Amino acid sequence: MTKPKSAKTKGSQEKSSTGATAGVLTAELARRAYRTMLEARLLEEKLAALYRSGKIVGGVFLGRGQEALSVSLGVHLRRGDIYAPLIRDQAGRLAFGDTILDTLRTYLGSSLGSMRGRDGNIHRGRPSEGYHAMISHLGAMVSTVCGSLVAKRFRGEKGTVGATCIGEGGTSTGSFHEGMNMAAVEKLPLVVVVANNQYSYSTPNDRQFACSDLLAKAAGYGVQGHRAVGNDLVDCLSVIGEAVAAARRGEGPQLVVADLLRLVGHGEHDDASYIPEALKKSPLGRDCLELAKQSLVEREWLSEEEAASWHKAVEKDVEETASKVLREPAPDPTEEDWNAFASLGRNH
Amino acid sequence: MSSITYLEAIRLAQQRALKEDPRVFIYGQDIGVFGGAFKATKNLAKEFPGRVLDAPISEDAMVGLAIGAAIEGMRPIVEMQFADFSTCGFNQIVNQAATLHYRTGTPCPIVVRLPSGGTPGSGPFHSQSMEAIYAHYPGLVVMTPATVEDAYTMMLEAVALEDPVIFCEHKFLYYHLKAEKLPKFPGEELPFGKARITRPGRDATVVAYSAMVHEALAAAEELTQDGYDIEVVDLRTVRPIDTDTILASVARTGRLLVVGEAWPWGGVAAEVVARVATEGFGLLDAPPQRLNAKETPVPYHPALWGTHRPTASSVANSLRQLLEL
Ligand SMILES: Cc1ncc(C[n+]2csc(CCOP(=O)(O)OP(=O)(O)O)c2C)c(N)n1
Ligand SMILES: [Mg+2]
Repeated sequence: MTKPKSAKTKGSQEKSSTGATAGVLTAELARRAYRTMLEARLLEEKLAALYRSGKIVGGVFLGRGQEALSVSLGVHLRRGDIYAPLIRDQAGRLAFGDTILDTLRTYLGSSLGSMRGRDGNIHRGRPSEGYHAMISHLGAMVSTVCGSLVAKRFRGEKGTVGATCIGEGGTSTGSFHEGMNMAAVEKLPLVVVVANNQYSYSTPNDRQFACSDLLAKAAGYGVQGHRAVGNDLVDCLSVIGEAVAAARRGEGPQLVVADLLRLVGHGEHDDASYIPEALKKSPLGRDCLELAKQSLVEREWLSEEEAASWHKAVEKDVEETASKVLREPAPDPTEEDWNAFASLGRNH
Repeated sequence: MSSITYLEAIRLAQQRALKEDPRVFIYGQDIGVFGGAFKATKNLAKEFPGRVLDAPISEDAMVGLAIGAAIEGMRPIVEMQFADFSTCGFNQIVNQAATLHYRTGTPCPIVVRLPSGGTPGSGPFHSQSMEAIYAHYPGLVVMTPATVEDAYTMMLEAVALEDPVIFCEHKFLYYHLKAEKLPKFPGEELPFGKARITRPGRDATVVAYSAMVHEALAAAEELTQDGYDIEVVDLRTVRPIDTDTILASVARTGRLLVVGEAWPWGGVAAEVVARVATEGFGLLDAPPQRLNAKETPVPYHPALWGTHRPTASSVANSLRQLLEL
């Protein structure tokens, strides 16, 4: 797949594309990434099926088509890093340490899930473990991750990074702008990955922003910019790997922009009929999972047989976990403490 | 010791918090070397290098940063330059800070300082009292100190609390109020969340908070000339709200006037009246009353502003009417 040449804006600090040879790309990393993409894909297919059969509490928002980009951030983070994923980041979440079990528990409203029925679907996390739980309000997590990084700086921690993802639509929020600017002022080791999937719900990019290239914003904020091919796992791994490494080295905030297409509706209630067929059939619409397998097989990092056996194993895991979670109890309103305060009793 | 202003008490409390707790840092516009628009952080940047940080004009991100830092164990204090600008950080306050513990079990111990309330000539965007808006949201503690001593001890309590605290410090009180000395420890006189009977009386109860406590006290003084003995209750925190102390006072006096500098619609005064009406209806000898600001934006000109907000004389008038009901 050819890489679109990066548009060099005047004063831009965009890094030239790195290609598969640069950075820390290894067969082991690519295999782990692919396996996690597969988990995300099959888990999300199960979630969609559960949604159609009315088993899900609330909505389902999937990342089909965006797994390569999402996982590439997740696999480059490690313990002690901060991660604030957004709606289409099932793959990145699993790579960061979230589980199929907790995902299903949250979607199915099990009281045993980390959110205990108090919040659901993509609004999940374990903030005390560096895994922030997004609020719906787009852009809000950028500054929150900055705050966690400031705390680490106060503690003298070195070499940790914070990362968050956002759609191209979310870049229009004031919060995104404030957060990027703040990160740049504080020179924080923040990596922000923008998944430009061309649509914000039904809104096409020409109704979202007027700049010709979102990456030009990097220069505006005074941060380093990187471009990745959003449905090319190997490219995403190397570009994001380099962005994360640069942040770890202390080079300040890194903005990654990747073009792609979501291969599902905004949520499972949405048929995405507003996306033209021609776009779906363009290179942007190619399935990153399929491309990743081809690419890994070509490099002899993975065999077709192994891919098939992984597929089977993951499918089994997802099925078994789902049937277990379906039997778990819903939260009990009589046992709920109905208290929003940490240090006060209820009814304050 | 020379006399200490309400503003200086807030500065001293922050200084002490910085000194005693390495997790504390302060973040806000112009608060570093410059010491803040009101000088509430004067010299603190010098005394605590790297811990009193100038922020860009990004209220949303300022609160977001505080939340993220709190998640990682810090105790951030955010200074809004004026309470009015907290609307630009509203989303982070009510949707992230207020919900974090309930959703995830991770507490969010941040303090957001709101220089609040009217001063002559400040106009619609530098005068607002926003306590009711924040108190509306479960998960937020809202403090409204009316005295120098409370400004000091409640700031220390705010930093120590595990919950997000909206600290409404009144700009009119900044320089007007003075104390000779400060209490050593919070909670020495009253525990957190407890209202104070500032002035005991038997004929009617005035519930107030922040600057309005002083208008209520002046009104009570005025009414002694008519032979009335008015009780004044200072809420101190509007959330949690100390309903017990209010009800006990109304039980003694049988009459209630609630005074708030903010607008009446859905406000703190409305909440107090609702609580007394539902939980203490039988204690009342007359319909409970409230007195608030007029229902327009806060006007600029002192002549208008002085009538827009409740004052000692409008409180006294309301009390006279209440006592005749
Ligand atoms: C501040 C805010 N406004 C509106 C919404 C409702 N909303 C949720 S997702 C979405 C579209 C987001 O588009 P984009 O950022 O491009 O991400 P994508 O869904 O394409 O991954 C909207 C409008 C929201 N979550 N937050
Ligand atoms: Mg989009």
